[in-house]
Amino acid sequence: MTVPLPPPRRLIELTVDGAPVRVPEGSTILDACGGADIPTLCYGDTLTPKNACRVCVVEVEGARTLVPACSRKVEAGMVVGTSTERARHSRKVVLELLASSVDLSTTPRAAGWMEEYGARPDRFGTDAATVEQPVKVDNDLYVRDYAKCILCYKCVDACGDQWQNTFAIGVAGRGFDAMISTEYDAPLTDSACVYCGNCVEVCPTGALSFKSEFDMREAGTWDESQQTQTTTICSYCGVGCNLTLHVQENQIVKVSSPHDNPVTHGNLCIKGRFGYQHVQNVRPPSPVRDESLPEPSPDLATGLRP
Amino acid sequence: MDLRFRDAEPSAEERAAVDAVLGAPASSWHGGRRTEEDLRFAAGGHEARERRDLLLPALHAVNDRLGWISEGALDYICRRLTVPPAEAYGVATFYSLLSLKPRPARVLHVCTDLACQARGAEDVRRHVQERLGPPGGSWMPSPCLGLCERAPAALALSAGETPEATVYGPAELAPAASPSNGVPEDGHAPPVLVRREEPAAEFAVPQAGDPSLVLLRRVGVVDPASLDGYRASGGYAALRRAFQLGPLGVVQEITEAGLVGRGGAAFPAGRKWAAVAAQPARPHYLVCNADESEPGTFKDRVLMEGDPYALVEAMTIAAYATGCAKGYLYIRAEYPRATGRLQHAITTARARGLLGDDILGQGFAFDIEIRRGAGAYICGEETAIFNSIEGYRGEPRSKPPFPVEKGLFGMPTVVNNVETLANVLPILLKGGAAYASIGTKGSTGTKLFCVSGSVPRPGVYELPFGASLRELLDLAGGTSPDLRAVLLGGAAGSFVRPDDLDIPLTFEGTRAAGATLGSGVVLVLSGDVDLTRILLRIAEFFRDESCGQCVPCRVGTVRQEEALHRLSRDPNAGDLTLLREVGQTMRDASICGLGQTAWNAVESAIDQLSVFPVTRPVPSSPEAS
Repeated sequence: MTVPLPPPRRLIELTVDGAPVRVPEGSTILDACGGADIPTLCYGDTLTPKNACRVCVVEVEGARTLVPACSRKVEAGMVVGTSTERARHSRKVVLELLASSVDLSTTPRAAGWMEEYGARPDRFGTDAATVEQPVKVDNDLYVRDYAKCILCYKCVDACGDQWQNTFAIGVAGRGFDAMISTEYDAPLTDSACVYCGNCVEVCPTGALSFKSEFDMREAGTWDESQQTQTTTICSYCGVGCNLTLHVQENQIVKVSSPHDNPVTHGNLCIKGRFGYQHVQNVRPPSPVRDESLPEPSPDLATGLRP
Repeated sequence: MDLRFRDAEPSAEERAAVDAVLGAPASSWHGGRRTEEDLRFAAGGHEARERRDLLLPALHAVNDRLGWISEGALDYICRRLTVPPAEAYGVATFYSLLSLKPRPARVLHVCTDLACQARGAEDVRRHVQERLGPPGGSWMPSPCLGLCERAPAALALSAGETPEATVYGPAELAPAASPSNGVPEDGHAPPVLVRREEPAAEFAVPQAGDPSLVLLRRVGVVDPASLDGYRASGGYAALRRAFQLGPLGVVQEITEAGLVGRGGAAFPAGRKWAAVAAQPARPHYLVCNADESEPGTFKDRVLMEGDPYALVEAMTIAAYATGCAKGYLYIRAEYPRATGRLQHAITTARARGLLGDDILGQGFAFDIEIRRGAGAYICGEETAIFNSIEGYRGEPRSKPPFPVEKGLFGMPTVVNNVETLANVLPILLKGGAAYASIGTKGSTGTKLFCVSGSVPRPGVYELPFGASLRELLDLAGGTSPDLRAVLLGGAAGSFVRPDDLDIPLTFEGTRAAGATLGSGVVLVLSGDVDLTRILLRIAEFFRDESCGQCVPCRVGTVRQEEALHRLSRDPNAGDLTLLREVGQTMRDASICGLGQTAWNAVESAIDQLSVFPVTRPVPSSPEAS
């Protein structure tokens, strides 16, 4: 079998933090900054950058404003500063703005970035407006906690034309009141949702979480350090999606798929994502025959009810 | 696309309103009656989705007919256009003039924005609230209605088979019904504001009739409805000249004239035109940005109401020069009279062969379609306007790619402001070089200024670039001795001190003075105007109008308003620092110009006017503030 090679791409030379860098044409500044640790939130490795969160801004010489590293394509001769005073200031304030309005407690790395940039969200005062609201638990598979939503658009993109083409959710409202919503804020069970869970997969803050994870967090038993990850192949159909089973205390607590898998790109369907309970169902003990009862009918043996 | 709809039925009226825009449904696939035939084929794919740009017009149609959009109506529109309901819901909730909740057919929009606030909008608001109750039902406070010369203003929009708009400016409070004057015979509640005939467009042009005017020369002189009048006064000579010059020649003249955009960004129009003309991808689109929403701006309204054919001719020339066959005129929904006059002008021009397949027998085909905004300042941003026309939420796109490369429907697009286009006619008639000799080296031609606030003669003034702010204010009747400040450029502009009135009104002159011309707003604020309230209104405006896409603007505008509220109660250094830090981040890291300029006016008020003098020592811990 021959694999067609993509046409060679021209290399672009630019300067990042004073050092010359050569990357293929069409790369983003983030690609070119390989070594530098630039925080990202709305960037997703499987999605087209939306550059809405602005936490990855860097300074490009000659540009009037800072530019988002996640989406701006490199140009020959660009001079990029990833941690200039100006870029660090914006990142700090963006983190403060987010942390003062959104619950970032389950956002991986957020606490570290806040410390690194010296962000103090409490300086906006105790009466600063937030997006606090009750958790939406309207189905058995996943939970929407929009008090944790930073409006990165990733779930909308994953549900819409970038992956799932289900279009169950969109952004509704405007400005600070904008939020991710089904039409008329209907419960998911009345929406177009097909429970593929691909929105949960891309959510960067834990605003969307599987019901299993949500319940365990509520109970205080969720412990990622105790979890193992095993990648296997979904047995439901012939596509052969890779599944990564997250197991804690011998129970599957979550199912994901590797983002670099050429079949799934991290996406699954409801069966692969949520249809795992049969694997760990404990077989009920064989019934002890009660002599006082009549003979069991043959139907019971096959599990069929008369 | 396998979409799930809501199974809510539209009423007959809603169905008729949508069908009037989209045509009757061809089959049950498009929300029509189901027949035997429908079981034998599938429809609704690309063909229906290609009409996505009709989403906003369809939403408008229902809102105009009933005053609000019900679930059934939204569902029907979604079926007709194959739009997912969640997306359509997102689009409908984006615009402040569309309602998804039942409300009265007649809604009064009371302007509470800057120019009106400087002239007693608060009294109007209080009066209306006393009579009609809390906002949200039959009345709502509104951002700038573009009626600043007649401040305080209000606009009533009535839904119905023939939607009506009533302009109140200046709003006169009507006395309440009393036992003596009784309840009117028709049983309706007495009017809240006194209804008067809307004055003609030239009412806003104190210089009307002055022979030295260039852009405003026909306003008040030529009947805006008459194409013959327009032609008799030199109309369509510029288009003939354009045909002589050829497309490249026109671009050459515009470049030579040094024309720059009048919407606020001052980008060279010639360079924009040349870039689009050179793009091999087809079709090219022309978009005329008539979504004039910068608080205090009303020049485009006056141009469109007073000389609509000029805009039609200028758009035709722009399209000819840049190779566009289709032009969209995106006008804000708060301008019903301008919309009507332009619609009339376009229809007449089309009937007379000045738009259509073969303009003036030159084999050039071009037509204009009017698209109405629905209450969103952000849609005046040059890429948000594309999303709005295409039927998406009016959120700005990230640049690059720039509109000249990938604009409307992903094609090369010229976007120009109304006033910018109006300048094209004198440039072609005089020649680029002659035009460039007017004004200064860096700012050529004449400029329209929207003077409002505490001046005797507010209105649109036309002056060659280079006149000083003082000269302009003298034309408007001079300022009172207790002048406090002048806001240049609108909510996104900056304040000028009373001792700075000699700054030249040019792009370079205002820039050197740390100010901006912006869209030409000159809002005069005398000592009796509460500057803090003006600042709070500016902050509120940006908070309301932020689209919500990027964090610096979405949260930053809220934090800016909160800090200003605290400062207005108790000036303190901590909040000033906070404002500066948030402001700098909005300026540096926001996606579009709205967020980037949301802190300009507040910053200049703090620095130039010392609105929040900090008397107390700097607190040691800013958190405590």
